[in-house]
Amino acid sequence: MFLKVALLVLKKDFAIELKSREILYTTLFFAVSCVLIFSIAFVREGAPLEDAAAGILWLAVFFAGTLALGRTFERERYGETLRALLLAPAPRPAIYVGKLLGIVFLLAVAELLLAPMVALLFNAALFSRPLLMAGLLVMGTIGFASVGTLFAAMLVRSRTRDVMLPILLYPMTVPVIIAGVLGTSALLQTPPNEAVATMWIALLGSWNVVFVTLALWTFEPLMTE
Amino acid sequence: MRKLFAPLLIVTAAMFVYAPVMIAQAPYESTMLLIQKIFYFHVPSWIAMYGAIFVCGIESAIFLFRRKPSAERVASAAAELAVLFGLFGLVTGPLWGRKAWGVWWQWDARLTTSLLLELIFVGYLLVRKYGGPGSDKLAAAIGIFGMANVPFVYKSVDIWRTVHPQTSVVPLLLTSAPGMAAPFAFCAVAFILLLVLLLALRVGLEHQRAALDQLYLAEE
Amino acid sequence: MVKRPFVFLCLAIMTLAAPAFALQPPGGQTEFVPISQLPPAEQLPAAPLLVGAYAFVWLGLMVYMWSIWRRLGKVEADMRALERRGSKGSSVR
Repeated sequence: MFLKVALLVLKKDFAIELKSREILYTTLFFAVSCVLIFSIAFVREGAPLEDAAAGILWLAVFFAGTLALGRTFERERYGETLRALLLAPAPRPAIYVGKLLGIVFLLAVAELLLAPMVALLFNAALFSRPLLMAGLLVMGTIGFASVGTLFAAMLVRSRTRDVMLPILLYPMTVPVIIAGVLGTSALLQTPPNEAVATMWIALLGSWNVVFVTLALWTFEPLMTE
Repeated sequence: MRKLFAPLLIVTAAMFVYAPVMIAQAPYESTMLLIQKIFYFHVPSWIAMYGAIFVCGIESAIFLFRRKPSAERVASAAAELAVLFGLFGLVTGPLWGRKAWGVWWQWDARLTTSLLLELIFVGYLLVRKYGGPGSDKLAAAIGIFGMANVPFVYKSVDIWRTVHPQTSVVPLLLTSAPGMAAPFAFCAVAFILLLVLLLALRVGLEHQRAALDQLYLAEE
Repeated sequence: MVKRPFVFLCLAIMTLAAPAFALQPPGGQTEFVPISQLPPAEQLPAAPLLVGAYAFVWLGLMVYMWSIWRRLGKVEADMRALERRGSKGSSVR
């Protein structure tokens, strides 16, 4: 029942998104422009900083993710569908999981575009250990999205939601970005430091368990009036 | 509880007045000499902050799951105190580090995560003030997540090699530096009593505010 | 009335020109002075940092307690104002 509801919510979001592709395109374009601006801003002696590749990749994911979170829940608020979702006879945490999966998929598509782009622009060997890199990205995205979905859902009714989401989200998810960036730079070393990257993936995994559990636990009381 | 307030105030004030005497009599640390004496206020500030965060987190959970309005008042008071004591820790730390490490700030695990913890609870206060409808519950969620971060912050200094002293320093004080253990314990107790005192004051303010709100509602 | 804009214009020009005076390079050294040991004054003194740390904590506590006092005073003033309004309303009836 739980999984069915979550997948139904995911299918609903997919169906809406497939029609207009508005959030997908705007998020992708925003992420790409982020990477471009960072590559222009972080220069040393006139050339782009090659060591900045790890940081820039994760920053682009975080910024694009914040935007995507805001837009997804703005759409719910505009259509007043959030109340309908909450009125449905479905376990509330399942709605959270459905929304979380939607955001994770959206960010995964963005990362599929961003990672090769960063690898190209910064001459960074991001794909020397593709499985570890993918593991880092997946774990980091889940960590970011788990906290982000909860906060974005809560902030839907708030006046100052656009500025509050980054204010609340970024301090809470700095462990994720630290793990992501340090893990990615470990993989960018020559030779790639697999032990360190694996350690960060494991740490991200444990953080994800804590955050997702807390989010599932608090989603129900948070969304009730 | 009211009756305990005045004796608590007197005891805390007396402890704070006597603390400099004990600190001055404590032995110097071999490498850091005089500047290490910031330790007697720096670590108790963080102890008080962790205490405030635990109070905030637990009361936030009670508010979210049992809907007790008094829990929400205690949680927001505790969050404000967490920011206050965290600010003390974040200012005394760099003042110590400037002399001991040569730099005001380092982006190592302990300092970074402690700054984040402070920012999380500043976010709590911002949400309470500017969040709009439903902000009390969102703030409660932030309190719970913030409390979940505390073990990471505490253990970060042991997991990663950082320039910050490790957590073993304090428990080993009794054996390695007995002359330092007494003033440290004294200051730690003083700060915890101060936390309780300030919490009582601040919750009293929230209580009065709630009473005022009730009066406004009754008027309409 | 013509004087005021003129004064402002002069002040503006002087403020804009000030960096030009500040950015002039300092005068060069005339001779080198060798020393064998760093004088104690050059090492970072610990006492001001220590005093500063404790003073910050004390001042912070004082400021915080004063802020609670002030907020409590405001709330109590509001409550008294409400009660006065309430009693006035009932006496009119």
